[in-house]
Amino acid sequence: MARLPIWLRLAAGATFAFLYVPLAVVVAYSFNDSRLNAEWVGFTLDWYRVLFADQEMLLAARNSLFIALVSSLAATGLGTLAGLAMHRYRPPWLPLLVITPVAMPEILLGVSLLVFFIQVLHLTLGLLSVVLAHITFSIGFVAIIVRARLAGMDESIFEAARDLGANPWQTFRLVTFPLILPAVVAGFLMAFTLSIDDFVITFFTAGVGVSTLPLQIYSMIKIAVTPEVNAVSTLLMLLTLVLVAAASRMDRSFMKGGA
Amino acid sequence: MALLELHDVTRRFGDFEAVKDVSFAVESGEFFTLLGPSGCGKTTILRMVAGFDRPDGGRILLDGRDLAATPPEKRPIHTVFQSYALFPHLSVGRNVAFPLRMAGLPEGEIRRRVGETLEQVHLAELADHYPHEISGGQKQRVALARGLVNRPRLLLLDEPLGALDLKLREEMQLELIKLQREVGVTFVFVTHAQNEALALSHRIAVMNRGRIEQLDVPSRIYGFPQNRFVADFIGNCNLLEARVVDRRDGELGLEAEGLGEIRAPATDRPGSTGVLALRPEQVRIHAGGDGENDQDNRFPGTVRDFLYVGDVTTYQVVLDNGFRLSALRANDAPGRARFFEIGDRVTVSWARQAGHYVPD
Ligand SMILES: Nc1ncnc2c1ncn2[C@@H]1O[C@H](COP(=O)(O)OP(=O)(O)OP(=O)(O)O)[C@@H](O)[C@H]1O
Ligand SMILES: [Mg+2]
Repeated sequence: MARLPIWLRLAAGATFAFLYVPLAVVVAYSFNDSRLNAEWVGFTLDWYRVLFADQEMLLAARNSLFIALVSSLAATGLGTLAGLAMHRYRPPWLPLLVITPVAMPEILLGVSLLVFFIQVLHLTLGLLSVVLAHITFSIGFVAIIVRARLAGMDESIFEAARDLGANPWQTFRLVTFPLILPAVVAGFLMAFTLSIDDFVITFFTAGVGVSTLPLQIYSMIKIAVTPEVNAVSTLLMLLTLVLVAAASRMDRSFMKGGA
Repeated sequence: MALLELHDVTRRFGDFEAVKDVSFAVESGEFFTLLGPSGCGKTTILRMVAGFDRPDGGRILLDGRDLAATPPEKRPIHTVFQSYALFPHLSVGRNVAFPLRMAGLPEGEIRRRVGETLEQVHLAELADHYPHEISGGQKQRVALARGLVNRPRLLLLDEPLGALDLKLREEMQLELIKLQREVGVTFVFVTHAQNEALALSHRIAVMNRGRIEQLDVPSRIYGFPQNRFVADFIGNCNLLEARVVDRRDGELGLEAEGLGEIRAPATDRPGSTGVLALRPEQVRIHAGGDGENDQDNRFPGTVRDFLYVGDVTTYQVVLDNGFRLSALRANDAPGRARFFEIGDRVTVSWARQAGHYVPD
């Protein structure tokens, strides 16, 4: 590979610094032995101890994980079906329907879901409404990933399966599904990440009873950015990082296995 | 009864007729080829026979039974796709085992048959490799093995050799002939390469724009093309516009455009027009005024160009009356690359029986 010119490397360096220095600061202060995010005093794990003793925070974390798991599983199922349908039958309106929520401003989606849940479904806001909301915005991501995977594949592979004696269900089970599996898993991880991190839509659909990690962090920083917030943010970052790494690994593994 | 019969099969895409009233019958054990230029409807026919597509008109019969209501997986017909369509997530062995599994054979029997078939295509040692780990030629063999392992009544092959380089292609042609003879499965083979069709087939259907132009054994397709299209499409051919005339000596002859009256195997009544298809290898080329003897048609000319391909050279000769002919000569003289150079004066000639007159 050719070496990049110095000014390009500097520009890239500056950009990455802009992106990652704030995150690094949060991580660093989460280990800082001081109440103030001002100067480095010394290393401590106290804030993590405080964090794990904070009942409200733990409940929020449990809610977040539950919502993320349930909504991403459901979105993966529905999104996979949508991706398959978009690929197989190519109805012109389906991509529009599936992908619009992905592009829609979150605040719009949040408000309209709120109105819909309360005025149309007469639903009490809570875990269920948040899960439903998260499913709606995740389906599109899964569908896009699954469809991209299918689009890159030789159509005659599926015909070959039928040709060699597999009925439509066997074709799906033995050929189609194993081939799209990496995309399905990548879509699941993506949906999970989106759900764990979501603030805006959750804010509108959670009501008063339910809190999630992002909501909890927000309510805490209304007072001050405490080191405890730094600690929980660091853990959330770590989880996101792991999920993103896993998703991109899946992505790469299917690049290899495909074609 | 023929194994496979097509009766007036038609397939339209919108207003476009991709296949028009195609009828043919393939006998059991035959190596049958659909030959034609790109877009003439060959793949469309195969897809209808395999069951991936439905005719808009006509019937397709296997062993005399209409296939219309039979889904692809229930037809005892397998396909070798041009792209091979191997399952990328299955090893070579499991790819080949797939149709046997679908047929519900016991595991031991599957293992035996897979081993046997891989042996037949010289791939036994690759059974545990994955498709992305093997070469194009090897993929080709896996696709063949997978198509044949379950002994279908009919194997459809859609330009299976198209992606291979020339040497491998010739090797595979020989193997295909051998394999088909060994396993006794009926082949319907699709290609747009006329030499491949001539080399492999028992019978060839030459197609053009969704229709069959001629259906015959290779030697008759090559030697007795039924129309201009076939004459032009198969091999190289001099096509002389001609009209049948009564010759002074009482025989029938042809009056060819640009050549005047020539002796030819005219079969039609006087006045009919058509083309004389004259193969380059039927046209002799001699130096200057050589080779007086028994040639019926002789014209002086000048070498304009040549195409040297090693074993033979094809010469483009411009006759003195301005007409162009190609003539082929084997480079059979020891140590001699070719016989003539551009600008050489030559005589071209051909026998009265040479060529084939195709009435319009
Ligand atoms: N699904 C389809 N929709 C519309 N047109 C089609 C479709 N399938 C085939 N055609 C058209 O029908 C004609 C015949 O196609 P077909 O694939 O049978 O040709 P072919 O003889 O196999 O050509 P090639 O040698 O290039 O593979 C082509 O003009 C093609 O564009
Ligand atoms: Mg084709």
